[in-house]
Amino acid sequence: MEWEVVIGLEVHAQLGTQSKIFSAASTEFGAPPNTQACAVDLGYPGVLPVFNGEAARMAIKFGLAVNATIAHRSVFARKNYFYPDLPKGYQISQYELPIVQGGKMDITLEDGTGKTIGITRAHLEEDAGKSLHEDFHGMTGVDLNRAGTPLLEIVSEPDMRSAAEAVAYLKKIRTLVQYLEICDGNMQEGSLRCDANVSVRPAGQQELGTRSELKNLNSFRFIEKAILHEVERQIDVIESGGTVVQETRLYDSDRDETRSMRSKEEANDYRYFPDPDLLPLVLDQDMIDDVRATLPELPAARHQRFVGDFGLSGYDAEVLTSSREMADYFENVVAGVGGEAKLAANWVMGDLSGVLNRENLSISESRIDAEMLAGMLRRVADNTISGKIAKQVFEAMWSGEGDADTIIETRGLKQITDAGAIAGIIDEIIAANPRQLEQYRSGKERLFGFFVGQVMKATDGKANPQQVNELLKKKLS
Amino acid sequence: MSLTRKDVENIAWLARLEIAEEQMPDFVETLSRIVDFVEQLSDAPVADALPMAHPLDMNQRFREDRVTERDERDHFQKNAPAVEAGLYLVPRVIE
Amino acid sequence: MHSRTVAELSAGLAAGDFSSVELTRHCLERIEANTRLNAFITVTADTALETAAHADKLLGQGKAGPLTGIPIAHKDIFCTRDVLTSCGSRILSNFVSPYNATVVQRLSDAGMVLVGKTNMDEFAMGSSNETSWYGNCHNPWDESRVPGGSSGGSASAVAARLVPVATGTDTGGSIRQPAALTGITGLKPTYGRVSRYGMVAFASSLDQGGILAVSSEDVAIVLAAMAGFDPRDSTSVDEPVPDYHAALNTELAGLRIGVPQQFFEEGLEPAVEAAVREALEVYRGMGAQLVEVELPNLALSVPTYYVVAPAEASSNLSRFDGVRFGYRSESAKDLHELYRKSRGEGFGAEVKRRIMTGTYALSAGYYDAYYLKAQKVRRLINDDFRNVFAEVDVVMGPTTPTPAFGIGDKTDDPITMYLNDIYTIAANLAGLPAISIPCGFADELPVGLQIIAGHFAEARLLAIAHSYQRETDWHRRAPAGF
Repeated sequence: MEWEVVIGLEVHAQLGTQSKIFSAASTEFGAPPNTQACAVDLGYPGVLPVFNGEAARMAIKFGLAVNATIAHRSVFARKNYFYPDLPKGYQISQYELPIVQGGKMDITLEDGTGKTIGITRAHLEEDAGKSLHEDFHGMTGVDLNRAGTPLLEIVSEPDMRSAAEAVAYLKKIRTLVQYLEICDGNMQEGSLRCDANVSVRPAGQQELGTRSELKNLNSFRFIEKAILHEVERQIDVIESGGTVVQETRLYDSDRDETRSMRSKEEANDYRYFPDPDLLPLVLDQDMIDDVRATLPELPAARHQRFVGDFGLSGYDAEVLTSSREMADYFENVVAGVGGEAKLAANWVMGDLSGVLNRENLSISESRIDAEMLAGMLRRVADNTISGKIAKQVFEAMWSGEGDADTIIETRGLKQITDAGAIAGIIDEIIAANPRQLEQYRSGKERLFGFFVGQVMKATDGKANPQQVNELLKKKLS
Repeated sequence: MSLTRKDVENIAWLARLEIAEEQMPDFVETLSRIVDFVEQLSDAPVADALPMAHPLDMNQRFREDRVTERDERDHFQKNAPAVEAGLYLVPRVIE
Repeated sequence: MHSRTVAELSAGLAAGDFSSVELTRHCLERIEANTRLNAFITVTADTALETAAHADKLLGQGKAGPLTGIPIAHKDIFCTRDVLTSCGSRILSNFVSPYNATVVQRLSDAGMVLVGKTNMDEFAMGSSNETSWYGNCHNPWDESRVPGGSSGGSASAVAARLVPVATGTDTGGSIRQPAALTGITGLKPTYGRVSRYGMVAFASSLDQGGILAVSSEDVAIVLAAMAGFDPRDSTSVDEPVPDYHAALNTELAGLRIGVPQQFFEEGLEPAVEAAVREALEVYRGMGAQLVEVELPNLALSVPTYYVVAPAEASSNLSRFDGVRFGYRSESAKDLHELYRKSRGEGFGAEVKRRIMTGTYALSAGYYDAYYLKAQKVRRLINDDFRNVFAEVDVVMGPTTPTPAFGIGDKTDDPITMYLNDIYTIAANLAGLPAISIPCGFADELPVGLQIIAGHFAEARLLAIAHSYQRETDWHRRAPAGF
């Protein structure tokens, strides 16, 4: 039988506020345990939550960017359950009335086809702490630094049909939240986390199959592997006559398998109700418009502009807009060179990306900033150096020898463009190689390259290649 | 009796309350009486009354995004039944 | 000294008739001599004397305010830094608060001297102070009777003149009912008027901190220091705090008093009704007009309350889990047992009942029938008051249907106990300010007159109460031997 895979994602994005969603404690990552958990985060008797307005602004940004409706009135609710990393015994979340309702996200698959994924809702909630299961004499340790960090939970429609689509969607979400500067997107540190609801059904069937919820998917690779694995498991279960049960499964990356989380002793009954310590979150149109005015150019618009204004290919534009830093870097280079977008694109995507990959650095950590790269490309554009010499200059800049002009000067890399000087050298080369001249003139045209090489060698590569070509052709004929 | 023993056991589980065996009959009885008592509400003429969650008709205020809390871990942990290396300890969580 | 009001003590301190240390020591001695009332859970004698000495310094330097050096007791529901804050519960019987409630901080900033923390029903769940882990508290008018609750210790302490004033909290009548039963004045302000930060939550949408004192003048003086906007409480209201004391002598001419039929129906003891009717006549004599009004849904306020309050409480009390603070069962073998045993052993029966009632009301399949329904009825009750306040300035009636009952009389049936709050609960559901003032006796036990006003009309409410207390002296009567 042919099976269709149905996937919906719940993405938790930690919002990059300074302080927590309901307290004034820091959200910074990596502090010693429980040093950033104040009385409110610890759920002390008598403490009360006060809402961080920045979290609302960030949620609005996201909502506007995915063409969703921003609820003028949304409500915080309590989700009640007991767990050691949940200090109050309830999580403040949004239930019936979330702040962002309905939206969509276009994704591009590897074969270049596009698809639109529906976004059901996005709601604000507080993060929980962390349980550390290392052994403390058979006990578990609880660190509540993370408790109360603002989260935007982005819930998609079950619109994805393969693991690859799920990954493409998540990458888009990550790029978007980074563009919006509402989340750093760091999956390693858990700033962006993902649960996947996965089910299968016979191709052509309308009704959805029973889904399982996969948790603990903290990298793109794991998401893909976990979904592939889970799909296979579900198909096996059904084809061997069993039924899939609705459950939460944990992905174990060490073993590359999903396993059922110890079946709860009872069905969850979260007893949601409006949090009486908080009042309705009312957003007037002015506030929404203010946030709209602060929206940066979004990836899709930027992509369009890169193709339209800069004449880049769709692929180049896709790569260059995949992160806001890269797109900004690229645009700064283009501005610095004064055009030459294609040249800039080639360098950013080529040599620069290469060296960043090699050294495992992000573009914001590049030792050559956009201004420096532009300085070098100006010299390529005005023929001071050739593209080949530019590679030398680039390496020298990377190793800290200064800017392009300094390097060209101190290393004497300036291109020879004096036609007389080049002609003189050509004459010497021709005179020194009478046999090759003879062969060339009798039809062995590929020897042209030999003469070019000789000239470049004689000039340490500094002769303007175009001029060399033209002059050689003239003199050899 | 509007609640059975099983009902009360389920509720006690949800609320994570251990009820001593000898107290169970009393809880079943008193809780049943309370449920019967609030049952009066079922006939209330609410029609299209708007649910009232707060006594005052106000909206949520926004706090400025600023860190003003400092580390008071040691002070807080004086109240904790079991801590080690700055962590609160609980019996092993198995999942 | 102990028979004086806050206003009189303040004048005495200012005039140098006695020092704050002398006054504080006197209070501490009386507390010590009357421990059998069990009004206090904690007495902070040492720090009290230090604070008093500091107050005397300020008094000497002419830097004192009206409350500088005046002793006060806080209900043990208010978090007090470095002092046991038990909330009357075993589960917090080892909890030393690391911070001050806003109310505690404000009154401390005003120079008041904290002498101790008063007994209360566990987590404020009760109307008789009988659910306290620390034992019953006694009514100084008749020590075999309850002082009311949940602010029973505060009421008993003020009535016995152990302290001139005490804080309380009122979720369904927990300030007014014990004030009525012990013959003192007790104010529950408008919801949002006094910060809830640091007040251990029972039912967040109903809880409100307030004051128990001898006179409404004293309440006015203390309220001015206690009320006001608190950025730490989202439900705190950013409204200016009027000069309550200056407003006390406002004329009553043209005052329209609503007298709801529903406050005088079956269940009301005749002797209580007689005292209340007489008080109404006093007002009529002062030029007020009595108007019959209707609160048609009043009877539903009790069942509504017993859904809303337990629902909120069931969630509010989930944080008591034996992990970060409070009682932890020694015998728990795994995480589930840690929760169930710590909470099972740490909470008393009434608290468990309310947690379970609330859990049930919110659980899948019952939410609409109970919680949502109760929220709708709450709206009806709120609208009833809105209609009434379109016609009249205040509503008056009895605070309680009976005077103080005997210890143990109502512990068998929770419903009988709950119905004791029939007249007080509605003001909480609607968030209205309400005061109980002494208005006579029934069988030698005090009777309280309840006055309810519109939102944020505390100044008016206190002026109306004060005018009665200028005409009568019920509030100046102390129980025999105190």
